[in-house]
Amino acid sequence: MDFNLTTEQEMIRDMVRDFAEKNIKPVAAQYDEEKRFPFENLKKMAQLGLMGMNIPVEYGGSEVGVVAYSLAMTEIGKACASHAVTTSVTNMVAEVIYEFGTEEMKGKYIPKLCNGEYPAGSFAITEPHTGSDAANIRTTAVLDGTHYVLNGTKTMITSGEYAGVTVAWAVTDKSAKKGKGISAFVVEKGTPGFSVGKAEEKMGHRASSLNELIFDNCRIPKECLLGHEGEGFKIAMMELDGGRIGIGSLALGIGFGAIDFAAQYVKEREAFGQPLSRFEAIQWMIADSYTELEAAQLLVLRAAFLKENGLQFTKEASMAKLFATETARRVAIRAVQMLGGYGYTRDYPVERYLRDVIGTTLYEGTSEVQRIVVAREILKQR
Amino acid sequence: MEVIVCIKRVPETAGADIIIDKTGRGIEKRGLVFDINEWDNYAVEEAILLKEEYGGSVTVISMGPEEANETLRRALAMGADQAIRLTDPVFEGSDGYAIARILSQAIKPLSYDLILTGVQTEDDGYGQVGPTLAEILEIPHAAVVNRIDGIEGGRVKVHRELEGGLEEVLDLNIPAVLTIQSGINEPRYVSIMGIRKVAKKEIKVLGLSELGMKPEDAGQPGSLSVVERVFFPPVGEGAQMLEGTMDEISDKVVTILKEKGGGA
Repeated sequence: MDFNLTTEQEMIRDMVRDFAEKNIKPVAAQYDEEKRFPFENLKKMAQLGLMGMNIPVEYGGSEVGVVAYSLAMTEIGKACASHAVTTSVTNMVAEVIYEFGTEEMKGKYIPKLCNGEYPAGSFAITEPHTGSDAANIRTTAVLDGTHYVLNGTKTMITSGEYAGVTVAWAVTDKSAKKGKGISAFVVEKGTPGFSVGKAEEKMGHRASSLNELIFDNCRIPKECLLGHEGEGFKIAMMELDGGRIGIGSLALGIGFGAIDFAAQYVKEREAFGQPLSRFEAIQWMIADSYTELEAAQLLVLRAAFLKENGLQFTKEASMAKLFATETARRVAIRAVQMLGGYGYTRDYPVERYLRDVIGTTLYEGTSEVQRIVVAREILKQR
Repeated sequence: MEVIVCIKRVPETAGADIIIDKTGRGIEKRGLVFDINEWDNYAVEEAILLKEEYGGSVTVISMGPEEANETLRRALAMGADQAIRLTDPVFEGSDGYAIARILSQAIKPLSYDLILTGVQTEDDGYGQVGPTLAEILEIPHAAVVNRIDGIEGGRVKVHRELEGGLEEVLDLNIPAVLTIQSGINEPRYVSIMGIRKVAKKEIKVLGLSELGMKPEDAGQPGSLSVVERVFFPPVGEGAQMLEGTMDEISDKVVTILKEKGGGA
């Protein structure tokens, strides 16, 4: 048992903290307000090695492992959830192509995701009629000679309109048992028949995009199949396990961001003749918030450690994501409470943290889905 | 172009809650976040820019405990080539003069064209290590450098920031010591790739004897000044709150300034 980070992990955390403090935090409120996608910062972050953190150097990644990735996502999340989720999804897309792609696919797309030539990558499963029940998708891919023809509509796709490359899931065998007839495809931006639909008007994460993607007789070479036909659902579930570590990590960042601000605020704001921080009611909120967040971080880092070391981590990643996002949400609500009426205004950042954190219990598997995964893993073990 | 940069790991005090320690001669450092001295970060960046332009190598030196390795490693990740840490229990309590002397002993055996330091440190703020180091090494120096024009024919041309918005251009022989002003460049962030290259790199450590020094050369005995105490100055009096409309307030300000002899 060893809770120490390596020198490398500490240096990466400190670098990302420093970068986020100076480049992301100052623009977070404005980008939220303007719904502005952070192209410039994402490019800089790619150059620092933040877009391919589990990708080997030969493909342009920085391959520092999942623990360092988690620490980095938390630091970015402290500054801005939109930057963080976009980064998380781009990393995930690079990883899924690396894990299941052909040599040609890897060489073509991964370096562009890692070096920032693509502003982002996107991961398209969800459809208007189905979210949590991912195996119920209706988009189809039909082999026609040398090409697959895709038809269907995806929705709520993070970075959909900006992604240079999208991994999309479609049914290739309607007669197969549920979940067995789905395949994954790599689709380049600009492919004829592939277009971006409406962008969602969201409560939080407003500087990131969430789009509808439309496949209308979209023909892609059959080499764009990721893995084998029928493996799609398995690929999606495997990648989502890893993605949950990223989302748990960034949710922690949102929680820490909110309570760090509130803890500073209550030292300066006075009521009844003394700083708010002198009141036990406030002190307990601070004590509970940090205790819960740090406990959640231990779960997240354990899941990261397991994945980094090639061990089973499905259950742990779901526990971590569930607990970290719900903890962060609870903490963000407390942070608003600590600021009182001001916490409810746009003059202070806790309101944004709260709007942002609510998204984290929904995407990459809702809290309810995480509970299903955890229960399933436990019950099958016994 | 061989460049040496002297850097220091300092507590970040801006915005932090500062408590005077038990000795009354320093501050409680526990719980404070440490980082490279801001001016030194610009000095490291400037050294790397020089290396990129003229070739050669950059050596970073820091006096401090093991934690100073973090600061040295960060400089290595930015692009410095070697790092040396100077440490010994007797170094504790050294003033600017003693620090300059310790640094000079480490620097003397090295070959160098330029030595860069920050203008001053965020913690002690003496601003004397750079110039004193130059005196000990018997080489020229320029303080508060906000631009390096170039190096040619054994000379370096630099700009110095003076008061009143004045700027001075100075041409001096190298080797020389330049104390670097913040804002001279835009320090780069270390990339993860840079960090990975240096995370395990060895940092050379030199103590008192390796530097050929005696205990009386360092720490308090080797210093020329003694800190008597540090304290928070009492909150000043004389602030006057003006009330009224904007016009009334501005009239009052003008009246007060005139009374005090200003605004002629």
